[in-house]
Amino acid sequence: MLGKTAGGLYWMFRYLERSENNTRLLNAGFRIALTRSAAARNEWASIVVTAGARDAFEEHHDQYEAADVIDFLLRDKSNPSSVLSVVEAARNNARLVRTALTREVWEATNECWMTLKGILNRPVAAKNLPAVLATIRQQSALVRAALDGTMLRNDIYNFARVGTFIERADCTARILDVKYYVLLPSVSHVGSSVDNVQWETILRSVSGLTAYRWLHGGDISPTGIADFLILDRRMPRSLAFCFAKLSDNLGYLAEAYGDRRACHDQADAMRARLKESSIESILDFGLHEYIEEFLRSNNTLGQQIEKDFRFNE
Amino acid sequence: MRYLKEIKGLRPISKISNPAKRKRRFLDSSLRDRPDRSRLDGFAERPNTFASRFKNSAQVIAENRNCAPRYLDYDLGMETEPGGSFDEMFGNGDGPREPYRDYGAWIAGEDAAQLRKKSVEAERFFRRTGITFNVYGAEEATERLIPFDLVPRILSAREWSRLERGIKQRVRAINAFLHDIYHRQEILRAGRIPAELIARNDAFLPEMIGVSPPGNVYTHIIGVDIVRTGENDFYVLEDNARTPSGVSYMLENRETMLQMFPDLFSRIPVQEVGDYPENLRRTLAASAPEACRGRPVVAVLTPGIHNSAYFEHSFLADQMGAELVEGHDLRVVDGRIAMRTTQGYRAIDVLYRRVDDDFLDPLNFNPDSLLGVPGIMDVYRAGGITLANAPGTGIADDKAVYSYMPEIVEFYTGESAILKNVPTWRCVEADALAYVLDHLPELVVKEVHGSGGYGLLVGPAASKRELASFTKKLKANPGNYIAQPTLSLSTVPVITRHGLAPRHVDLRPFVLMSPNGITVTPGGLTRVALKKGSLVVNSSQGGGTKDTWVLEE
Repeated sequence: MLGKTAGGLYWMFRYLERSENNTRLLNAGFRIALTRSAAARNEWASIVVTAGARDAFEEHHDQYEAADVIDFLLRDKSNPSSVLSVVEAARNNARLVRTALTREVWEATNECWMTLKGILNRPVAAKNLPAVLATIRQQSALVRAALDGTMLRNDIYNFARVGTFIERADCTARILDVKYYVLLPSVSHVGSSVDNVQWETILRSVSGLTAYRWLHGGDISPTGIADFLILDRRMPRSLAFCFAKLSDNLGYLAEAYGDRRACHDQADAMRARLKESSIESILDFGLHEYIEEFLRSNNTLGQQIEKDFRFNE
Repeated sequence: MRYLKEIKGLRPISKISNPAKRKRRFLDSSLRDRPDRSRLDGFAERPNTFASRFKNSAQVIAENRNCAPRYLDYDLGMETEPGGSFDEMFGNGDGPREPYRDYGAWIAGEDAAQLRKKSVEAERFFRRTGITFNVYGAEEATERLIPFDLVPRILSAREWSRLERGIKQRVRAINAFLHDIYHRQEILRAGRIPAELIARNDAFLPEMIGVSPPGNVYTHIIGVDIVRTGENDFYVLEDNARTPSGVSYMLENRETMLQMFPDLFSRIPVQEVGDYPENLRRTLAASAPEACRGRPVVAVLTPGIHNSAYFEHSFLADQMGAELVEGHDLRVVDGRIAMRTTQGYRAIDVLYRRVDDDFLDPLNFNPDSLLGVPGIMDVYRAGGITLANAPGTGIADDKAVYSYMPEIVEFYTGESAILKNVPTWRCVEADALAYVLDHLPELVVKEVHGSGGYGLLVGPAASKRELASFTKKLKANPGNYIAQPTLSLSTVPVITRHGLAPRHVDLRPFVLMSPNGITVTPGGLTRVALKKGSLVVNSSQGGGTKDTWVLEE
């Protein structure tokens, strides 16, 4: 398969994952704005920072007003990470790699783009936000379902999955990076109601609140959340889960191509580290330092993958 | 839909008074027995013909001998063509012609509103599939649909077999001509066409002199544009011997029709077109160069996703299971053209290139091109890769060379041409130029190297200012133009808001040539000018397409 095609697939699925993650962040932010308007402005700010779009936002806005943030993250063309921008980028990549996709995956992606272009062609009023977010989630679920149901499990599929998990790990780590202070052990006694809201918001932004309750009953603790998001391999958005998958998908490529490359060792090392660590050792090391290092390694791995599989010249 | 608005302003005939009648069948047989007499005043009635049943359902149409009734626009009265063009469905007006008999019976039972709904459905289908084209010069990078009309254009097996023989003869002659022109140039020595026509022609590539592609096939893919003016009158309008496009529309149009009207295809035996991609793959593989080892590796070269025909490039690559490459995926490795894969560089044997000659090789042609591969021409000449089509085929579809095509066919095949050429005035000749300038309002003037309906003057439709500006252009550079009479192109019905209406069509059959022979896919792409009376069918100029049926014997 062409290096360009591998790159197109990898980025197509990174972008699709990003649009979904933005949607989750907005959902969590919207929730907090409904219940605690005082805390909302800070929350909107941290959502923009988590989305990696602070500079672009502050270029156009002085304050983090709900309507501005929503518009910026959903449909602002000047924001390369807005849902509309990334879905368009995903669809352009899909056109580029059209010959590697089944008709169903292509049509789902194209339809996703057409639908979102339709509902995002004007600002979304707050009261319509939940419905719009639901549509976005549904559209990307359709693409994922078409991928799952119709694609051959060959190198094409594995490049798509590698893109998905690199992006997902990046997003979960960013949430932790922005919110690490909420989870520091100094506040690990029984949380105040403010803490509780913060903790719930973190879980909501990875759509993991219910799952967390299933595993831990009603007790939400900062250490529990950190463990859940970093090390719990049952949680599909945790770092450990993403790296178990990543190293599997890359392993498939090593097997299919008959050689291991630098990215394989990097990914396996990260997977092993996540497997062997305990949450206590991570907190001892420093949660913030740990996450920053993770983000750096994840980023380096992404670049190594591009190089090893000749995405570019 | 733009073109409907234009119809609306025409012929303000009284509206149907009873709103219930608006939802009516195109040809409701129940209406046959109780014609609305008041509306038939002054017209001869022929209750058992298709046309009259049709008109009984609403407004009626002038039915005199000069202006045969064929269609119903039931809010507007019938549209007629002032020139009295040949209509492929209704012919002279006595009911549908033979090839349309079964289809005519079928559409008679269809509900008009239902058909219009199907039109909308078809459009949604095309959008979802991404069958769009990019418009040059449009403000934003817009993707537009080529409008698709649901009424098929139908040819009988007999009509088609004559066309097919004519097309094959022409394609054989074109390839013999290309080989000759780039080798011994016998046709010039024999004085059958003037030497300066070749020597001074930009489409002639000196780099191709002495090069013999595998099997001497130059035009692996060719699209011969054909127009019709009467029951037995077909003309070749042009030979697209470079990189003809549109075949994906032929295939998707059929696919759409199969989805929309499955019952039609079980009733009417229509010849298949769906094996085109497989035939294309075989044609390309059979043309592999000597350097090929094992199973030929085929790839499609596209200028990229912003090209107007990108959909087609990816569609064909996908259907053939070939890689879709761009110039920057390719480089010369060990005397072969190789593509960058996830596992290193891999040689390509046959490249179906959808990039023009000029942009193919920045080392040999346009040095600014980013679309091509530096050095590919040298690899090609050394037999390291097959390019389809061969570079330099433009000399055969040049509009000035076109005018000599009857001589060319005769020279290489020893037969006279089965398909007629449109009479053509070469403005480079003084007599011809004088005639053209005198008769400009009647003629169609084309640039010798133009395509896509750009740089074209349609005399009868042109304003005084356009005529004046073309007069100036012709005088300044006569060698750049040819002129042809304005043909009265045949019409086929399209569905409009008001019923069926006749629109002019042309036909582009797609021909594949390999060292093993020539195959013509039955039918081709029918393009239709959706503006009433318009003769320009190009998609860039607001044309649409139809499915084209060739009936089984």
